[in-house]
Amino acid sequence: MNDWLYSDTVKDHFMNPRNVLDTDEADWPCDGRGIVGNIKCGDQMLILLRIKDGIITDCRWKTYGCASALASTSILSEAVKGMRIEDAYILKPEDIVSKLGGLPSNKIHCSVLGDKALRAAIDDYLEKNNLPPLAGRENVEVICSCLNITDRDIEEAYKAGDRSWEDLQARTKIGTACGSCKERTLEFLHELEHLYGE
Amino acid sequence: MNKRIYLDYNATTPVDSRVQNIFIRELNNFANASSMHEDGRTVAAALNEARKRVATLINVDAEQILFTSGGSESNNTIFRTMASPAMEATTSRKERFSGRKRILVSAIEHPCVMESAKYLATLGMDVHFIPVDADGRVDEDRYRELLFEGEKTGRRDLMPLLVSIMMANNEIGTIQDISRLSALAHEAGSLFHTDAVQAAGKIPVDVSVLGVDYLTYSGHKIYGPKGVGALYFAKGAPLDPLIRGGHQEKGLRAGTYNAPAIIAFGEAALIAAERLDEWGTRMRSLRNRLRDGFIAKVPDIRINGHPEQVLPNTLNVSFPGAEGEAILLSMDLEGIDVSTGSACASGDLEPSHVLVATGVGPELAHGSIRFSMGNETTVEEIDYVLEKVPPIIARLRSFSTVIHKE
Repeated sequence: MNDWLYSDTVKDHFMNPRNVLDTDEADWPCDGRGIVGNIKCGDQMLILLRIKDGIITDCRWKTYGCASALASTSILSEAVKGMRIEDAYILKPEDIVSKLGGLPSNKIHCSVLGDKALRAAIDDYLEKNNLPPLAGRENVEVICSCLNITDRDIEEAYKAGDRSWEDLQARTKIGTACGSCKERTLEFLHELEHLYGE
Repeated sequence: MNKRIYLDYNATTPVDSRVQNIFIRELNNFANASSMHEDGRTVAAALNEARKRVATLINVDAEQILFTSGGSESNNTIFRTMASPAMEATTSRKERFSGRKRILVSAIEHPCVMESAKYLATLGMDVHFIPVDADGRVDEDRYRELLFEGEKTGRRDLMPLLVSIMMANNEIGTIQDISRLSALAHEAGSLFHTDAVQAAGKIPVDVSVLGVDYLTYSGHKIYGPKGVGALYFAKGAPLDPLIRGGHQEKGLRAGTYNAPAIIAFGEAALIAAERLDEWGTRMRSLRNRLRDGFIAKVPDIRINGHPEQVLPNTLNVSFPGAEGEAILLSMDLEGIDVSTGSACASGDLEPSHVLVATGVGPELAHGSIRFSMGNETTVEEIDYVLEKVPPIIARLRSFSTVIHKE
């Protein structure tokens, strides 16, 4: 066969995914559970973690999604075993993409979903055990540089109910200076819709 | 199996061997068909013969056929005409069309029609997308409302100028009742176009029955070469050239004739017309075999499209719980070529607008696979697909967050 769409690593993880949850969820007791994405956008990931002394000891997952989404979750499930939750918490999509030997640009969002699911599972663990929240992503993206509004600000606004450019402007004043961030903001809103659903 | 199994004939077809021979032969007849000398006249005569054959496939006069670069150009030409001076070039056209602003297209058209309609909206036209039912057939009540709203309210700007409804859908294969829909459009004073790219050569297409003003089709969907298509326009129907600068096609489509492709298209049209009935019967039996096999072997699936009014070669199936791109790529690794309505295959996050319009919901749209059969498809290939696909679906469902009982 000629060159496939994705790298050999993606193909391997797609065809032979590691750590798939092959029982009912109830039969694999876990310490942290995270589920993100929504079927409407075509992918959804569930990650289950076992954590001991702040270290991820085991991981299981299920994913509804395309080949690169499946491969992303699979490779992530291998990478996090033995990792401190603080380190796992700041895994970036780029880390997953590079482990996969690269992904086409229109497939990057599949791996974004993986690190979100992982953080959701860790958050769940922390919450269940009354532990303080971890510091968030180290790399914060400034989306509106005029008013210094970041992706996290927009994410918070989204959680508070904002769905449109106008909603966001009313709350944060984003893009009210030069306005050049509109395209990126709308793109990010779309990503959020994908992550959190309607 | 060593050979790949190609089940994507609605995307494009291989060039028939008879057509290939003609195409290669004509590459040597290189003279410009517009030249006066004997070499030019020879090519022009062959073009005329091709025009007759292409016209015969849809039962029209050869003079009413315009050769283009394909379906997209044909469709663009018609839509651009609606916003051109051609609409008011004569007194009678002025009386009939002036002040009408409404453009109606079905919600399941090919992107080249959808985008052309949206372009007309930016020019101030009143564009509406006619909804379809769960089988993909145009919602006739809504269609009537949109058609006659102008007449009822006495508002000329709400009266229809053009209706465009495809004869058969590329993704789900649903066939529309074009003669009925075009008669209704004419009752409302509108022009009517049907995109017959997927219908021509697969089912009978007879313009004298359909009664349309415009009909478009393409060479590469009927075992002809790519880069050639046709536009039928009824006598007196307005047409404005998309490409100017030459007297070819009576000044309606400039550019040196792509003679080898056109002549090969003529051959393909002739073959398609000859074998239409026999081919349809054979395709229907392959399609039914595949459909029945899936129903028997894969639990919880949905067959998309109209149960009877459907292209004989097209089977669209949703496998909920499994995602289309993952299914497609798993099949790819088994040597089977298909297409999917999943968003992950399209590069954005929206699944097939056709399936969404039928109201199946996003999960079924993301999990949809189109199998389109053609000349080379065999019973053995269908059986191979029926052997390989059920385990693929079971495997992907076993990884899925969406729980499905097997």
